[in-house]
Amino acid sequence: MAGAETSSVTIKVEFSGGLELLFSNQRSHTLTLPAAVPTDNATTVPVPSTIEATKPADITYLIHYLRDHLLQERAELFEENGTVRPGILVLINDTDWELEGEGDYVVKEGDEVVFISTLHGG
Amino acid sequence: MPPRPCALCEKARAMIKRPKTGQQICRDCFFYVFETEVHNTITEAQLFKSGDRVAIGASGGKDSTVLAYVMKTLNERYNYGLNLFLLSIDEGITGYRDDSLETVKRNQQQYSMPLKILSYEELYGWTMDSIVSQVGRKNNCTFCGVFRRQALDRGAAMLNVDHIVTGHNADDIAETVLMNIMRGDIARLGRCTAICTQGDDTIRRSKPFKYAYEKEIVMYAYFKKLDYFSTECIYSPDAYRGHARAFLKDLEAARPSAIIDIIHSGEAFEIKEEIKATQKVQQTCQRCGYMSSNTLCKACTLLEGLERGMANAGITDRGTKQLQAEGPTPENLRKIPFFEYKPTSTSTTIDIEAS
Ligand code: SF4
Ligand SMILES: [Zn+2]
Ligand SMILES: [Zn+2]
Repeated sequence: MAGAETSSVTIKVEFSGGLELLFSNQRSHTLTLPAAVPTDNATTVPVPSTIEATKPADITYLIHYLRDHLLQERAELFEENGTVRPGILVLINDTDWELEGEGDYVVKEGDEVVFISTLHGG
Repeated sequence: MPPRPCALCEKARAMIKRPKTGQQICRDCFFYVFETEVHNTITEAQLFKSGDRVAIGASGGKDSTVLAYVMKTLNERYNYGLNLFLLSIDEGITGYRDDSLETVKRNQQQYSMPLKILSYEELYGWTMDSIVSQVGRKNNCTFCGVFRRQALDRGAAMLNVDHIVTGHNADDIAETVLMNIMRGDIARLGRCTAICTQGDDTIRRSKPFKYAYEKEIVMYAYFKKLDYFSTECIYSPDAYRGHARAFLKDLEAARPSAIIDIIHSGEAFEIKEEIKATQKVQQTCQRCGYMSSNTLCKACTLLEGLERGMANAGITDRGTKQLQAEGPTPENLRKIPFFEYKPTSTSTTIDIEAS
């Protein structure tokens, strides 16, 4: 059974450009995600043992997880249609996520993911 | 996924995908192309002459912070021969501008540029906080916009500069084009894409980031670890502009060239406008000497409305009539200091050429 899986990945997540305001005004967070997650990105933790369809934790899952567990207010300013709202830049280990497969990138132990809003202030 | 090499140097690992071209490039090549494109924008539009005194309108936000850094870099790299200053306007918004001004003060140290801060309070006798407490949150941005524009020109006159550069980027300009279309303001449509504008006696204003995408400005700031401030004004901008921006970001996500395409559409209107040339004659404000198309400039009208407790005076025609019906302007009314701009014009006439 897939649900018996206990392994996890620990990553660092950082918010800037004003996004930190939605996350308790804290820029840097360390998170531990289940290594295998439901394909529908449901973020109940621990992953219920009844879930059969799983995938490795990826950035799309991370976005859902952040929305459901860390976000303090105004979810629409962060997430839209299962991904980040247009105008939010994502960097994975300092590389533009557009070069890393965007939401499909599978997170690895020790990865650093940065979310930067471009929508604030000029 | 194996790391891809940079499309330009073919050595280092690609770290950014350029929204304009889709090119995948490394960090150093990105710095180089970003700076070079701004340099090309400056030289092609012949924005400066050697010896010019140029103020950078600095808000502490990402755009003006990156602009200050890039202007300093290019001025040194290509020997523009410019004297650069930072000019900040303090609107008097607690919890917003006071914090962002701290960032500007740090920039002053980091970039070693002289800084001038001019406040609404000293110029108009009103802070945005006090304006909002009188007029509420409806027209606050109208006051703020009119007051800021004039404050920048006045600050520039105090610094004796020839030129103000602002951090407006390609996304901002495309957004303004959209707003003008949605408002049906065809006259502004072309003008808003101009890289450089100049009134009769006012200081030149230009936008060296006219073609720079917001994404690249933010990436540049991130990779260079520049110190900027990013909080929304507490008297949040109008919802209409917010929708325009969200719409633009959706378009950009679907097709990154949308931003430049919209700017080009705006520019196409500009050409038409030259033919018709129906500009209102410019005169100067009777009360404060600032350029104006009426006997009183917009700022003086707004200020008089505030002082006499009729905040609508400068906003609606009805408000203006009401103000006039209330009788003549009282003698002891607070007035904006007289505006005087003395161009230095001592600068030599060597144009900056692309090297
Ligand atoms: S949002 Fe409005 S009040 Fe706030 S700084 Fe901008 S123009 Fe001024
Ligand atoms: Zn390279
Ligand atoms: Zn006036």
